[in-house]
Amino acid sequence: MSANLVALAYLVASVFFILALKGLSSPESARRGNLFGMIGMAIAVATTLTLTQNWILILGCIAVGGLIGAIVAQRVQMTAMPELVAFMHSLVGLAAVFIAIAAVNNPVSFGLPAVLPAGSKLELFLGTFIGAMTWSGSVIAFLKLSGRMSGTPIVFSGQHAVNLLLALAMVGCGLWFFFSETTNWTAFIAMTAIAFVLGFLIIIPIGGADMPVVISMLNSYSGWAAAGIGFSLGNPMLIIAGSLVGSSGAILSYIMCKAMNRPFLSVILGGFGSDGGTAAVDSGEQKTYRSGSADDAAFLMGNADSVIIVPGYGLAVARAQHAVKELAEKLHEKGVNVRFAIHPVAGRMPGHMNVLLAEAEIPYEQVQEMEEINSDFSNTDVVLVLGANDVVNPAAYVSGSPIYGMPILDAHKARTVMVVKRSMAVGYAGLDNDLFYMDKTMMIFGDAKKVVESMVKAL
Amino acid sequence: MIGEVDPVIVNLTVFVLAIFVGYHVVWNVTPALHTPLMSVTNAVSGIILVGAMLAAGPAETDWGVWLGAAAVTLAAINVFGGFLVSQRMLEMFKKKDKKGNA
Repeated sequence: MSANLVALAYLVASVFFILALKGLSSPESARRGNLFGMIGMAIAVATTLTLTQNWILILGCIAVGGLIGAIVAQRVQMTAMPELVAFMHSLVGLAAVFIAIAAVNNPVSFGLPAVLPAGSKLELFLGTFIGAMTWSGSVIAFLKLSGRMSGTPIVFSGQHAVNLLLALAMVGCGLWFFFSETTNWTAFIAMTAIAFVLGFLIIIPIGGADMPVVISMLNSYSGWAAAGIGFSLGNPMLIIAGSLVGSSGAILSYIMCKAMNRPFLSVILGGFGSDGGTAAVDSGEQKTYRSGSADDAAFLMGNADSVIIVPGYGLAVARAQHAVKELAEKLHEKGVNVRFAIHPVAGRMPGHMNVLLAEAEIPYEQVQEMEEINSDFSNTDVVLVLGANDVVNPAAYVSGSPIYGMPILDAHKARTVMVVKRSMAVGYAGLDNDLFYMDKTMMIFGDAKKVVESMVKAL
Repeated sequence: MIGEVDPVIVNLTVFVLAIFVGYHVVWNVTPALHTPLMSVTNAVSGIILVGAMLAAGPAETDWGVWLGAAAVTLAAINVFGGFLVSQRMLEMFKKKDKKGNA
Protein backbone atom coordinates (compact mmCIF):
# COMPACT_ATOMS: atom_id res chain seq x y z
CA MET A 1 0.00 0.00 0.00
CA SER A 2 1.34 3.42 -0.89
CA ALA A 3 1.84 6.01 1.82
CA ASN A 4 -0.89 8.16 0.28
CA LEU A 5 -3.43 5.35 0.35
CA VAL A 6 -2.58 4.64 3.98
CA ALA A 7 -3.04 8.30 4.85
CA LEU A 8 -6.41 8.39 3.07
CA ALA A 9 -7.63 5.26 4.85
CA TYR A 10 -6.59 6.86 8.14
CA LEU A 11 -8.58 9.96 7.21
CA VAL A 12 -11.69 7.84 6.63
CA ALA A 13 -11.17 6.14 10.01
CA SER A 14 -10.83 9.55 11.68
CA VAL A 15 -14.14 10.69 10.22
CA PHE A 16 -15.80 7.54 11.57
CA PHE A 17 -14.46 8.33 15.05
CA ILE A 18 -15.97 11.81 14.91
CA LEU A 19 -19.31 10.32 13.79
CA ALA A 20 -19.10 7.83 16.66
CA LEU A 21 -19.06 10.63 19.23
CA LYS A 22 -21.64 12.62 17.33
CA GLY A 23 -24.02 9.66 17.51
CA LEU A 24 -24.10 9.93 21.30
CA SER A 25 -26.13 13.14 21.12
CA SER A 26 -29.29 11.05 21.52
CA PRO A 27 -30.08 7.49 22.67
CA GLU A 28 -31.68 6.74 19.28
CA SER A 29 -28.54 7.41 17.25
CA ALA A 30 -26.07 6.20 19.86
CA ARG A 31 -25.89 2.57 18.76
CA ARG A 32 -25.24 3.59 15.18
CA GLY A 33 -22.50 5.88 16.50
CA ASN A 34 -20.88 3.02 18.35
CA LEU A 35 -21.01 0.97 15.15
CA PHE A 36 -19.25 3.80 13.31
CA GLY A 37 -16.54 3.69 15.92
CA MET A 38 -16.03 -0.03 15.34
CA ILE A 39 -15.88 0.47 11.57
CA GLY A 40 -13.31 3.22 11.97
CA MET A 41 -11.21 1.02 14.20
CA ALA A 42 -11.43 -1.91 11.77
CA ILE A 43 -10.26 0.30 8.90
CA ALA A 44 -7.39 1.65 10.99
CA VAL A 45 -6.22 -1.80 12.07
CA ALA A 46 -6.53 -3.38 8.60
CA THR A 47 -4.59 -0.52 7.04
CA THR A 48 -1.83 -0.67 9.62
CA LEU A 49 -1.52 -4.41 9.15
CA THR A 50 -0.26 -3.82 5.60
CA LEU A 51 2.68 -1.88 7.06
CA THR A 52 3.82 -4.70 9.32
CA GLN A 53 5.45 -8.07 8.82
CA ASN A 54 4.72 -10.13 11.92
CA TRP A 55 1.10 -10.82 11.05
CA ILE A 56 0.82 -13.98 13.08
CA LEU A 57 2.23 -12.36 16.19
CA ILE A 58 0.11 -9.23 15.80
CA LEU A 59 -3.15 -10.98 14.96
CA GLY A 60 -2.52 -13.48 17.75
CA CYS A 61 -2.08 -10.65 20.27
CA ILE A 62 -5.20 -8.89 18.97
CA ALA A 63 -7.15 -12.13 19.32
CA VAL A 64 -5.97 -12.68 22.90
CA GLY A 65 -6.61 -9.06 23.91
CA GLY A 66 -9.92 -9.00 22.05
CA LEU A 67 -11.10 -12.14 23.78
CA ILE A 68 -10.20 -10.77 27.21
CA GLY A 69 -11.93 -7.49 26.36
CA ALA A 70 -15.06 -9.25 25.11
CA ILE A 71 -15.31 -11.42 28.21
CA VAL A 72 -14.86 -8.46 30.53
CA ALA A 73 -17.43 -6.42 28.59
CA GLN A 74 -19.93 -9.28 28.78
CA ARG A 75 -19.52 -10.02 32.46
CA VAL A 76 -19.07 -6.65 34.11
CA GLN A 77 -21.86 -5.52 36.43
CA MET A 78 -23.32 -2.14 35.55
CA THR A 79 -22.61 -0.99 39.11
CA ALA A 80 -18.93 -1.74 38.44
CA MET A 81 -18.74 0.47 35.36
CA PRO A 82 -16.50 3.12 36.98
CA GLU A 83 -13.89 0.49 37.88
CA LEU A 84 -13.95 -0.93 34.39
CA VAL A 85 -13.43 2.47 32.83
CA ALA A 86 -10.53 3.22 35.19
CA PHE A 87 -9.03 -0.19 34.39
CA MET A 88 -9.21 0.50 30.66
CA HIS A 89 -7.63 3.94 31.04
CA SER A 90 -4.71 2.28 32.73
CA LEU A 91 -4.22 -0.05 29.75
CA VAL A 92 -4.02 2.84 27.30
CA GLY A 93 -1.44 4.52 29.51
CA LEU A 94 0.72 1.42 29.80
CA ALA A 95 0.47 0.70 26.06
CA ALA A 96 1.61 4.27 25.34
CA VAL A 97 4.68 3.77 27.53
CA PHE A 98 5.53 0.46 25.84
CA ILE A 99 5.20 2.01 22.40
CA ALA A 100 7.39 4.96 23.33
CA ILE A 101 10.10 2.66 24.72
CA ALA A 102 9.94 0.54 21.57
CA ALA A 103 10.22 3.69 19.46
CA VAL A 104 13.32 4.84 21.35
CA ASN A 105 14.79 1.35 20.90
CA ASN A 106 14.08 1.05 17.17
CA PRO A 107 12.98 4.35 15.60
CA VAL A 108 13.32 2.99 12.05
CA SER A 109 10.36 0.63 12.42
CA PHE A 110 8.15 3.68 12.99
CA GLY A 111 9.52 5.47 9.93
CA LEU A 112 11.67 7.75 12.10
CA PRO A 113 15.37 8.45 11.48
CA ALA A 114 17.79 6.03 13.22
CA VAL A 115 19.14 8.87 15.33
CA LEU A 116 16.11 10.54 16.87
CA PRO A 117 15.73 14.20 15.93
CA ALA A 118 15.07 16.71 18.69
CA GLY A 119 11.39 17.08 17.81
CA SER A 120 10.72 13.35 18.05
CA LYS A 121 12.54 13.17 21.37
CA LEU A 122 10.32 15.88 22.80
CA GLU A 123 7.19 14.13 21.52
CA LEU A 124 8.28 10.77 22.89
CA PHE A 125 8.99 12.43 26.22
CA LEU A 126 5.47 13.89 26.30
CA GLY A 127 3.81 10.65 25.20
CA THR A 128 5.70 8.62 27.78
CA PHE A 129 5.13 10.76 30.82
CA ILE A 130 1.44 11.31 30.10
CA GLY A 131 1.10 7.57 29.47
CA ALA A 132 2.95 6.64 32.65
CA MET A 133 0.90 9.01 34.79
CA THR A 134 -2.31 7.76 33.19
CA TRP A 135 -1.36 4.22 34.04
CA SER A 136 -0.44 4.63 37.69
CA GLY A 137 -3.18 7.20 38.36
CA SER A 138 -5.79 4.88 36.85
CA VAL A 139 -4.55 1.93 38.87
CA ILE A 140 -5.12 3.92 42.07
CA ALA A 141 -8.51 5.10 40.81
CA PHE A 142 -9.40 1.49 40.01
CA LEU A 143 -8.36 0.28 43.48
CA LYS A 144 -10.34 3.06 45.16
CA LEU A 145 -13.45 2.59 43.03
CA SER A 146 -13.52 -1.18 43.44
CA GLY A 147 -13.14 -0.83 47.20
CA ARG A 148 -9.79 -2.67 47.24
CA MET A 149 -8.34 0.52 48.66
CA SER A 150 -10.03 2.93 51.04
CA GLY A 151 -11.69 5.88 49.38
CA THR A 152 -10.50 8.26 52.08
CA PRO A 153 -7.85 10.67 50.89
CA ILE A 154 -4.26 9.91 51.85
CA VAL A 155 -2.57 13.14 52.80
CA PHE A 156 0.79 13.89 54.36
CA SER A 157 2.55 17.16 55.08
CA GLY A 158 4.67 18.52 52.28
CA GLN A 159 2.71 16.48 49.76
CA HIS A 160 2.50 19.25 47.20
CA ALA A 161 6.18 20.11 47.66
CA VAL A 162 7.13 16.47 47.03
CA ASN A 163 4.97 16.38 43.91
CA LEU A 164 6.49 19.61 42.66
CA LEU A 165 10.05 18.36 43.24
CA LEU A 166 9.27 15.11 41.42
CA ALA A 167 7.72 17.01 38.53
CA LEU A 168 10.83 19.19 38.28
CA ALA A 169 13.08 16.12 38.44
CA MET A 170 11.03 14.54 35.68
CA VAL A 171 11.34 17.59 33.45
CA GLY A 172 15.08 17.65 34.26
CA CYS A 173 15.47 14.05 33.09
CA GLY A 174 13.46 14.95 30.02
CA LEU A 175 15.87 17.78 29.20
CA TRP A 176 18.82 15.47 29.81
CA PHE A 177 17.31 12.97 27.37
CA PHE A 178 16.54 15.78 24.96
CA PHE A 179 20.07 17.21 24.85
CA SER A 180 21.98 13.89 24.80
CA GLU A 181 23.66 13.22 21.46
CA THR A 182 22.95 9.49 21.54
CA THR A 183 19.99 7.62 22.98
CA ASN A 184 20.20 8.29 26.71
CA TRP A 185 18.44 5.32 28.28
CA THR A 186 19.28 6.33 31.84
CA ALA A 187 17.50 9.64 31.46
CA PHE A 188 14.54 8.06 29.66
CA ILE A 189 13.99 5.29 32.19
CA ALA A 190 14.45 7.65 35.15
CA MET A 191 11.89 10.02 33.67
CA THR A 192 9.39 7.22 33.09
CA ALA A 193 9.87 5.89 36.63
CA ILE A 194 9.30 9.34 38.13
CA ALA A 195 6.17 9.77 36.02
CA PHE A 196 4.81 6.47 37.38
CA VAL A 197 5.39 7.58 40.97
CA LEU A 198 3.88 10.99 40.28
CA GLY A 199 0.72 9.38 38.90
CA PHE A 200 0.29 7.45 42.18
CA LEU A 201 0.93 10.50 44.35
CA ILE A 202 -1.45 12.74 42.45
CA ILE A 203 -4.44 10.42 42.85
CA ILE A 204 -4.01 9.12 46.44
CA PRO A 205 -5.11 12.38 48.14
CA ILE A 206 -8.35 12.55 46.17
CA GLY A 207 -11.40 11.20 47.98
CA GLY A 208 -14.13 8.83 46.84
CA ALA A 209 -16.86 11.25 45.87
CA ASP A 210 -14.45 13.32 43.79
CA MET A 211 -13.95 10.26 41.62
CA PRO A 212 -16.25 11.54 38.83
CA VAL A 213 -13.72 14.31 38.26
CA VAL A 214 -10.71 12.01 38.53
CA ILE A 215 -12.09 9.44 36.16
CA SER A 216 -12.98 12.12 33.62
CA MET A 217 -9.53 13.62 33.97
CA LEU A 218 -7.84 10.26 33.42
CA ASN A 219 -10.11 9.75 30.42
CA SER A 220 -8.73 13.00 29.09
CA TYR A 221 -5.12 11.96 29.87
CA SER A 222 -5.50 8.68 28.02
CA GLY A 223 -6.56 10.67 24.96
CA TRP A 224 -3.63 13.05 25.21
CA ALA A 225 -1.30 10.06 25.59
CA ALA A 226 -2.62 8.66 22.30
CA ALA A 227 -2.27 12.07 20.66
CA GLY A 228 1.29 12.34 22.00
CA ILE A 229 2.19 9.00 20.42
CA GLY A 230 0.52 10.27 17.23
CA PHE A 231 2.88 13.24 17.22
CA SER A 232 5.90 10.96 17.72
CA LEU A 233 4.87 8.76 14.82
CA GLY A 234 3.66 11.64 12.65
CA ASN A 235 0.27 9.94 12.42
CA PRO A 236 -2.64 12.40 12.08
CA MET A 237 -5.26 9.72 12.81
CA LEU A 238 -3.79 9.07 16.24
CA ILE A 239 -3.66 12.81 16.83
CA ILE A 240 -7.32 13.27 15.82
CA ALA A 241 -8.63 10.30 17.80
CA GLY A 242 -6.50 11.24 20.81
CA SER A 243 -7.66 14.87 20.74
CA LEU A 244 -11.31 13.84 20.53
CA VAL A 245 -10.90 11.70 23.63
CA GLY A 246 -8.78 14.33 25.34
CA SER A 247 -11.31 17.10 24.86
CA SER A 248 -14.18 14.79 25.80
CA GLY A 249 -12.56 13.96 29.13
CA ALA A 250 -11.70 17.60 29.74
CA ILE A 251 -15.30 18.70 29.14
CA LEU A 252 -16.63 15.99 31.46
CA SER A 253 -14.19 17.09 34.18
CA TYR A 254 -15.42 20.64 33.74
CA ILE A 255 -19.09 19.60 33.98
CA MET A 256 -18.40 17.54 37.11
CA CYS A 257 -16.49 20.35 38.84
CA LYS A 258 -19.24 22.80 38.03
CA ALA A 259 -21.85 20.42 39.47
CA MET A 260 -19.87 20.32 42.72
CA ASN A 261 -19.17 24.03 42.59
CA ARG A 262 -15.50 23.38 43.21
CA PRO A 263 -12.53 24.66 41.22
CA PHE A 264 -10.79 21.95 39.21
CA LEU A 265 -7.48 22.74 40.91
CA SER A 266 -8.88 22.17 44.40
CA VAL A 267 -10.25 18.77 43.39
CA ILE A 268 -6.92 17.76 41.89
CA LEU A 269 -4.90 19.00 44.87
CA GLY A 270 -7.12 16.71 46.90
CA GLY A 271 -7.63 16.26 50.62
CA PHE A 272 -11.34 17.15 50.45
CA GLY A 273 -13.47 15.14 52.82
CA SER A 274 -10.50 13.98 54.88
CA ASP A 275 -11.71 15.92 57.89
CA GLY A 276 -15.07 14.20 57.60
CA GLY A 277 -17.24 14.53 60.67
CA THR A 278 -15.53 17.52 62.24
CA ALA A 279 -17.63 19.96 60.28
CA ALA A 280 -20.78 18.23 61.45
CA VAL A 281 -20.50 19.34 65.06
CA ASP A 282 -21.38 22.93 64.21
CA SER A 283 -23.73 23.52 67.13
CA GLY A 284 -24.08 21.68 70.37
CA GLU A 285 -27.84 21.51 70.23
CA GLN A 286 -29.51 18.16 69.84
CA LYS A 287 -31.49 18.07 66.63
CA THR A 288 -34.45 15.75 66.37
CA TYR A 289 -35.55 13.80 63.38
CA ARG A 290 -38.50 11.59 62.62
CA SER A 291 -37.95 8.04 61.54
CA GLY A 292 -40.47 5.72 59.99
CA SER A 293 -40.85 2.29 58.50
CA ALA A 294 -40.87 1.20 54.90
CA ASP A 295 -44.59 0.39 55.26
CA ASP A 296 -45.45 3.94 56.31
CA ALA A 297 -43.45 5.25 53.38
CA ALA A 298 -45.16 2.91 50.96
CA PHE A 299 -48.55 4.04 52.24
CA LEU A 300 -47.70 7.70 51.75
CA MET A 301 -46.33 7.15 48.26
CA GLY A 302 -49.27 5.00 47.24
CA ASN A 303 -51.65 7.84 48.08
CA ALA A 304 -49.61 10.58 46.46
CA ASP A 305 -50.24 12.09 43.04
CA SER A 306 -46.60 12.63 42.20
CA VAL A 307 -43.35 11.08 43.44
CA ILE A 308 -39.80 12.02 42.52
CA ILE A 309 -37.06 9.53 43.29
CA VAL A 310 -33.54 10.91 43.84
CA PRO A 311 -30.97 8.13 43.44
CA GLY A 312 -27.39 8.43 44.67
CA TYR A 313 -24.28 6.36 45.15
CA GLY A 314 -26.02 4.38 47.91
CA LEU A 315 -28.31 2.91 45.26
CA ALA A 316 -25.32 1.66 43.30
CA VAL A 317 -23.67 0.20 46.42
CA ALA A 318 -26.84 -1.65 47.40
CA ARG A 319 -27.51 -2.66 43.75
CA ALA A 320 -31.07 -1.58 44.33
CA GLN A 321 -31.86 -0.51 40.75
CA HIS A 322 -34.10 -3.50 39.96
CA ALA A 323 -36.02 -3.16 43.21
CA VAL A 324 -36.51 0.54 42.45
CA LYS A 325 -37.89 -0.29 39.06
CA GLU A 326 -40.48 -2.58 40.66
CA LEU A 327 -41.38 0.17 43.07
CA ALA A 328 -41.81 2.65 40.23
CA GLU A 329 -43.99 0.19 38.32
CA LYS A 330 -46.19 -0.52 41.33
CA LEU A 331 -46.69 3.20 41.91
CA HIS A 332 -47.36 3.74 38.24
CA GLU A 333 -50.13 1.12 38.35
CA LYS A 334 -51.72 3.07 41.18
CA GLY A 335 -51.79 6.15 38.96
CA VAL A 336 -48.89 7.92 40.67
CA ASN A 337 -46.71 10.08 38.45
CA VAL A 338 -43.21 8.73 39.16
CA ARG A 339 -40.06 10.44 37.94
CA PHE A 340 -36.36 10.22 38.67
CA ALA A 341 -34.14 13.24 39.28
CA ILE A 342 -30.46 12.85 38.48
CA HIS A 343 -27.80 15.15 39.85
CA PRO A 344 -24.77 15.40 37.54
CA VAL A 345 -22.37 14.03 40.19
CA ALA A 346 -24.66 11.32 41.56
CA GLY A 347 -22.64 8.12 41.67
CA ARG A 348 -18.98 7.65 40.92
CA MET A 349 -18.78 8.64 37.28
CA PRO A 350 -20.64 10.92 34.85
CA GLY A 351 -23.96 9.36 33.87
CA HIS A 352 -23.57 6.48 36.35
CA MET A 353 -27.19 6.65 37.61
CA ASN A 354 -28.64 6.84 34.11
CA VAL A 355 -26.94 3.58 33.16
CA LEU A 356 -28.13 1.80 36.30
CA LEU A 357 -31.71 2.93 35.75
CA ALA A 358 -31.45 1.97 32.09
CA GLU A 359 -30.22 -1.48 33.11
CA ALA A 360 -33.34 -1.90 35.23
CA GLU A 361 -35.37 -0.93 32.14
CA ILE A 362 -36.79 2.25 33.57
CA PRO A 363 -38.05 4.29 30.59
CA TYR A 364 -35.71 7.21 30.02
CA GLU A 365 -38.62 9.64 29.66
CA GLN A 366 -39.06 9.20 33.41
CA VAL A 367 -35.43 10.02 34.11
CA GLN A 368 -34.71 13.73 34.20
CA GLU A 369 -31.66 15.90 34.68
CA MET A 370 -31.40 18.49 37.41
CA GLU A 371 -32.24 21.54 35.27
CA GLU A 372 -35.30 19.87 33.78
CA ILE A 373 -36.89 18.80 37.02
CA ASN A 374 -35.76 21.22 39.70
CA SER A 375 -38.68 23.61 39.36
CA ASP A 376 -41.16 20.72 39.77
CA PHE A 377 -40.17 19.76 43.32
CA SER A 378 -42.36 22.48 44.88
CA ASN A 379 -45.53 20.89 43.53
CA THR A 380 -44.51 17.31 44.17
CA ASP A 381 -46.15 15.29 46.94
CA VAL A 382 -43.34 12.94 47.90
CA VAL A 383 -39.60 12.91 47.25
CA LEU A 384 -37.80 9.65 47.94
CA VAL A 385 -34.06 10.15 48.44
CA LEU A 386 -32.20 6.87 47.94
CA GLY A 387 -28.61 6.89 49.08
CA ALA A 388 -27.95 10.51 48.19
CA ASN A 389 -26.91 13.18 50.66
CA ASP A 390 -24.84 16.21 49.67
CA VAL A 391 -26.70 16.70 46.38
CA VAL A 392 -29.93 17.43 48.29
CA ASN A 393 -28.39 19.45 51.12
CA PRO A 394 -30.14 22.83 51.36
CA ALA A 395 -26.99 24.20 53.04
CA ALA A 396 -25.93 24.97 49.47
CA TYR A 397 -28.22 28.01 49.71
CA VAL A 398 -26.69 29.25 52.98
CA SER A 399 -23.78 31.60 52.43
CA GLY A 400 -20.77 30.59 54.48
CA SER A 401 -21.49 26.89 54.17
CA PRO A 402 -18.63 24.86 52.63
CA ILE A 403 -20.92 23.79 49.80
CA TYR A 404 -22.50 27.24 49.31
CA GLY A 405 -23.32 27.76 45.66
CA MET A 406 -23.30 24.10 44.69
CA PRO A 407 -26.28 23.35 42.45
CA ILE A 408 -28.56 20.93 44.30
CA LEU A 409 -31.80 19.09 43.69
CA ASP A 410 -34.47 21.07 45.55
CA ALA A 411 -35.88 18.04 47.38
CA HIS A 412 -36.59 20.21 50.46
CA LYS A 413 -39.31 22.06 48.52
CA ALA A 414 -41.52 19.00 48.17
CA ARG A 415 -44.51 18.45 50.48
CA THR A 416 -43.06 15.31 52.04
CA VAL A 417 -39.49 14.06 51.95
CA MET A 418 -38.45 10.49 52.64
CA VAL A 419 -34.79 9.62 53.00
CA VAL A 420 -33.49 6.07 52.87
CA LYS A 421 -30.10 5.96 54.54
CA ARG A 422 -27.99 3.56 56.55
CA SER A 423 -27.49 5.93 59.48
CA MET A 424 -27.40 9.61 60.35
CA ALA A 425 -23.72 9.77 59.31
CA VAL A 426 -22.60 12.80 57.35
CA GLY A 427 -22.07 12.73 53.60
CA TYR A 428 -18.84 13.14 51.70
CA ALA A 429 -18.63 16.87 52.30
CA GLY A 430 -18.58 16.14 56.03
CA LEU A 431 -21.65 18.29 56.50
CA ASP A 432 -24.80 17.76 58.44
CA ASN A 433 -27.87 17.85 56.22
CA ASP A 434 -30.72 20.07 57.47
CA LEU A 435 -33.07 18.28 55.12
CA PHE A 436 -33.04 15.30 57.50
CA TYR A 437 -34.33 17.41 60.41
CA MET A 438 -37.19 19.14 58.65
CA ASP A 439 -40.71 18.53 60.00
CA LYS A 440 -41.85 17.09 56.72
CA THR A 441 -38.96 14.65 56.49
CA MET A 442 -39.16 11.00 57.41
CA MET A 443 -35.96 8.98 57.76
CA ILE A 444 -36.04 5.30 56.87
CA PHE A 445 -32.91 3.53 58.05
CA GLY A 446 -31.50 0.48 56.33
CA ASP A 447 -29.96 -0.92 53.21
CA ALA A 448 -31.49 0.78 50.16
CA LYS A 449 -32.31 -2.50 48.44
CA LYS A 450 -34.00 -4.11 51.46
CA VAL A 451 -36.00 -0.98 52.25
CA VAL A 452 -37.22 -0.62 48.68
CA GLU A 453 -38.11 -4.30 48.51
CA SER A 454 -40.25 -4.03 51.64
CA MET A 455 -41.89 -0.91 50.19
CA VAL A 456 -42.83 -2.94 47.11
CA LYS A 457 -44.31 -5.65 49.31
CA ALA A 458 -46.32 -3.13 51.30
CA LEU A 459 -47.83 -1.69 48.15
CA MET B 1 4.05 28.12 0.07
CA ILE B 2 7.64 29.31 0.39
CA GLY B 3 9.92 26.52 1.49
CA GLU B 4 8.88 23.31 3.18
CA VAL B 5 6.64 23.25 6.24
CA ASP B 6 7.93 21.24 9.17
CA PRO B 7 5.70 18.14 9.60
CA VAL B 8 5.39 19.05 13.28
CA ILE B 9 3.53 22.22 12.27
CA VAL B 10 1.20 20.21 10.07
CA ASN B 11 0.52 17.83 12.97
CA LEU B 12 -0.06 20.77 15.26
CA THR B 13 -2.64 22.13 12.82
CA VAL B 14 -4.45 18.80 12.82
CA PHE B 15 -4.24 18.66 16.62
CA VAL B 16 -5.75 22.11 17.19
CA LEU B 17 -8.56 21.57 14.68
CA ALA B 18 -9.35 18.15 16.15
CA ILE B 19 -9.68 19.68 19.63
CA PHE B 20 -12.23 22.14 18.25
CA VAL B 21 -14.18 19.35 16.61
CA GLY B 22 -14.06 17.33 19.84
CA TYR B 23 -15.20 20.32 21.86
CA HIS B 24 -18.28 20.91 19.74
CA VAL B 25 -19.23 17.28 19.31
CA VAL B 26 -18.91 16.43 23.00
CA TRP B 27 -21.00 19.36 24.23
CA ASN B 28 -23.85 17.92 22.19
CA VAL B 29 -23.73 14.59 23.97
CA THR B 30 -26.78 14.16 26.17
CA PRO B 31 -25.86 13.92 29.90
CA ALA B 32 -27.79 10.64 30.19
CA LEU B 33 -25.18 9.06 27.91
CA HIS B 34 -22.08 10.33 29.69
CA THR B 35 -21.09 6.86 30.87
CA PRO B 36 -21.34 5.35 27.38
CA LEU B 37 -19.43 8.42 26.16
CA MET B 38 -16.59 7.46 28.47
CA SER B 39 -16.56 3.85 27.35
CA VAL B 40 -16.71 4.81 23.66
CA THR B 41 -13.88 7.30 24.05
CA ASN B 42 -12.05 4.58 25.93
CA ALA B 43 -12.35 2.33 22.93
CA VAL B 44 -11.34 5.15 20.60
CA SER B 45 -8.21 5.85 22.62
CA GLY B 46 -7.43 2.21 21.94
CA ILE B 47 -6.40 3.61 18.54
CA ILE B 48 -2.98 3.51 20.14
CA LEU B 49 -3.20 -0.08 18.88
CA VAL B 50 -1.94 1.29 15.57
CA GLY B 51 1.28 2.48 17.20
CA ALA B 52 1.59 -0.83 19.04
CA MET B 53 1.25 -2.76 15.77
CA LEU B 54 4.07 -0.74 14.23
CA ALA B 55 6.23 -1.51 17.26
CA ALA B 56 5.48 -5.22 16.89
CA GLY B 57 5.87 -5.03 13.10
CA PRO B 58 9.57 -5.47 12.20
CA ALA B 59 10.63 -8.92 10.98
CA GLU B 60 13.81 -8.79 13.08
CA THR B 61 12.53 -9.87 16.44
CA ASP B 62 14.20 -8.08 19.34
CA TRP B 63 12.84 -7.12 22.76
CA GLY B 64 11.24 -4.01 21.26
CA VAL B 65 8.99 -6.23 19.17
CA TRP B 66 7.90 -8.17 22.25
CA LEU B 67 7.17 -4.92 24.02
CA GLY B 68 5.12 -3.92 20.99
CA ALA B 69 3.27 -7.25 21.11
CA ALA B 70 2.41 -6.63 24.77
CA ALA B 71 1.13 -3.18 23.85
CA VAL B 72 -0.99 -4.70 21.04
CA THR B 73 -2.62 -7.04 23.56
CA LEU B 74 -3.34 -4.23 26.03
CA ALA B 75 -4.74 -1.93 23.36
CA ALA B 76 -6.88 -4.75 21.92
CA ILE B 77 -8.48 -5.32 25.35
CA ASN B 78 -9.40 -1.66 25.30
CA VAL B 79 -10.78 -1.60 21.78
CA PHE B 80 -12.91 -4.72 22.12
CA GLY B 81 -13.86 -4.17 25.74
CA GLY B 82 -14.73 -0.52 25.14
CA PHE B 83 -16.90 -0.97 22.08
CA LEU B 84 -18.65 -4.10 23.34
CA VAL B 85 -19.48 -2.71 26.75
CA SER B 86 -20.76 0.47 25.10
CA GLN B 87 -22.97 -1.62 22.87
CA ARG B 88 -24.28 -3.52 25.88
CA MET B 89 -25.10 -0.29 27.68
CA LEU B 90 -26.68 1.37 24.66
CA GLU B 91 -28.91 -1.68 24.14
CA MET B 92 -30.31 -0.99 27.60
CA PHE B 93 -31.14 2.55 26.63
CA LYS B 94 -33.00 1.19 23.63
CA LYS B 95 -35.20 -1.36 25.43
CA LYS B 96 -37.05 1.58 26.95
CA ASP B 97 -39.22 2.22 23.92
CA LYS B 98 -40.81 -1.20 24.12
CA LYS B 99 -41.28 -1.09 27.86
CA GLY B 100 -42.34 2.54 27.89
CA ASN B 101 -46.04 1.84 27.37
CA ALA B 102 -46.17 -0.92 29.99
